[in-house]
Amino acid sequence: MKIIVLLKRVPDTEAKILINQDGNGIREDGVKFIINTYDEYGIEEGLRLKEKVGGDSKVTAVCAGPEESTEVIRTALAMGVDDAVHICDPALAKPSPFTIAEVLAKAISEEGFDIIFCGKQGIDDDMAQTQSILAEKLDIPQVNNATVFELADDLSKAVLNRRIEGGDEKVEASLPVIISCEKGLNDPRYASLPGIMKAKKKEIRVKNLADLGFNEAPSSGRSRVLKWLPMPKGGECKMVEAEETVDAVKELARLLREEAKVV
Amino acid sequence: MEWTFTEEQQMLKDMVKKFVDNELRPVAAKIDEEKKIPKELIAQMAELGFLGIAFPPEYGGAGMGETGYCIMQTEIGRACASTATFIGAHQSIGSSGIYMFGTEEQKQKYLVPLAEGKKIGAYALTETSAGSDAYKPQTTAEDKGDHYLVNGGKIFITNGSFADIFTTFVKMVGGPNDGKMSVLIVEKDYEGFKVGKIEEKMGIRGSETSELIFEDMKVPKENLLGREGRGLLVGMKVLNTGRLGLGAAALGAAQESLKLSTAYAKERVQFGKKLSQHQGIQWMLANMSMEIFNMESILYRTAWMYDQGQNVTRESSIVKLYCSEALDRIVDDALQIFGGYGFTCEFPIERMYRDSRINRIFEGTSEIQKMIIARDVLHARDL
Repeated sequence: MKIIVLLKRVPDTEAKILINQDGNGIREDGVKFIINTYDEYGIEEGLRLKEKVGGDSKVTAVCAGPEESTEVIRTALAMGVDDAVHICDPALAKPSPFTIAEVLAKAISEEGFDIIFCGKQGIDDDMAQTQSILAEKLDIPQVNNATVFELADDLSKAVLNRRIEGGDEKVEASLPVIISCEKGLNDPRYASLPGIMKAKKKEIRVKNLADLGFNEAPSSGRSRVLKWLPMPKGGECKMVEAEETVDAVKELARLLREEAKVV
Repeated sequence: MEWTFTEEQQMLKDMVKKFVDNELRPVAAKIDEEKKIPKELIAQMAELGFLGIAFPPEYGGAGMGETGYCIMQTEIGRACASTATFIGAHQSIGSSGIYMFGTEEQKQKYLVPLAEGKKIGAYALTETSAGSDAYKPQTTAEDKGDHYLVNGGKIFITNGSFADIFTTFVKMVGGPNDGKMSVLIVEKDYEGFKVGKIEEKMGIRGSETSELIFEDMKVPKENLLGREGRGLLVGMKVLNTGRLGLGAAALGAAQESLKLSTAYAKERVQFGKKLSQHQGIQWMLANMSMEIFNMESILYRTAWMYDQGQNVTRESSIVKLYCSEALDRIVDDALQIFGGYGFTCEFPIERMYRDSRINRIFEGTSEIQKMIIARDVLHARDL
């Protein structure tokens, strides 16, 4: 079985995000980058599937991103992924989901696939579009926000739970299928130390746009990012203090009426 | 000259940090309170390869050398000194002797399961009458043909209560090496082996420290480590690496102290200003940062030298001496910044303060380190 897992290189959740001077990206100096946390659920599920199906099953990671993405690809390889495709081209700086889905579709088609796992969204720009556009481009079913994944014994279809408001929805999808993963699907493993030592020997096939048969970066669709703005600053906070709670409440009510003029 | 971690070393650091953040730091206070490292946590570390990181893959290790070991211990030391001590006793001093001096049979039989974490190791040197003056054991071994008959006991043995395999120092009685020291590999299941009293301690309470009692214990002759009567060499070589790992764990605790202190100083307001705006506090933070830079620099330079195959007797003593003393100054300043809160068990600084103190004592006191350094300086031809 040919299993594809998608990876995105994103800033660490602990990183302090600052907008760059041009307002078209973040300041990357001093920021640590990691595998998109939702993609880790996809990697884990892909590895578990390989372990379950066995035979000549193979897990291939596909990542579109700058040169520095090698680091997160190696981490996936250290977790147990067999090999990787790294789509890297200067024309793909700050790509839209349309552009990325187009190049991913090409690269994945070249690799061949039975099942594709990815995160439900990138934790950086939170667009959650790539998997759906990719499903469309590959003309395969998609199941988003998966929390349970099982494969039928004859390997023909997947049975999944997907998280919806207030509960789970149980769905069935025929293979090949793309599945976007939600937290709770599994507990991603750590890269083991022997895994880290082996990662360097595994193959990363680097491909640029020309290698994938594109003359230029595919269209970015009909929306365009105009500018990045910093998080709006919260207003001044005023603490109401009094000996008795009752007095504090009275003072708060007075302030809401007279100063804030909201009641 | 190059001064960066390799790609693998960086990945190792990231991975251990993640493990520490998710698995170890959340239970560090509990490990201290319950005086026990959970068995499941040890099993998880074994599974990930932590317990044999420095040894080559052919002996069940991860092949990351002393530098890799130090990177791991630095990250673990940030969260839990008890766990760092457990690993140090198991791997750095409990297994290294077998790696350096063991025969191929001994390595296959003992080092492989130790490195894979299937067995736990310990280093049994200290005795009631042999502390700093360590190489005068009263525990005796008598040659009985196919085995040594061992009598005596050890104290303050880290992992002693649950380890499987002990690198044990004994004094030969009778025979050509009468009165000289040897090292034997002892299994906990040998008849005559008994675990004695488990110590109550001020710090590193999660690391179990116990007494061992040997009563007419028969140790097979093939369990002699190195040559008979040449135990001193084993002891000194093993402790050379042990001291480095100890410096690494101290570095981690120091880094964590600075991180916690800085965050607190930027938050806590006194006299209408944040602590961080008071110069007295800034000086403490500056000192901590300076000492951490020193610790880091000497530690990783020495680890690199060791991995290059250089002799690091003097340097590893310098690392041990400096890092343990610097950490004590750093946790003291950190506690001062936290003030009364730092003295309470609500904040990890209290535990880190208690945990720090042992570093100036075990694996050779500060005074012993100075003796080693001075001896090496006095014999040096390249000053």
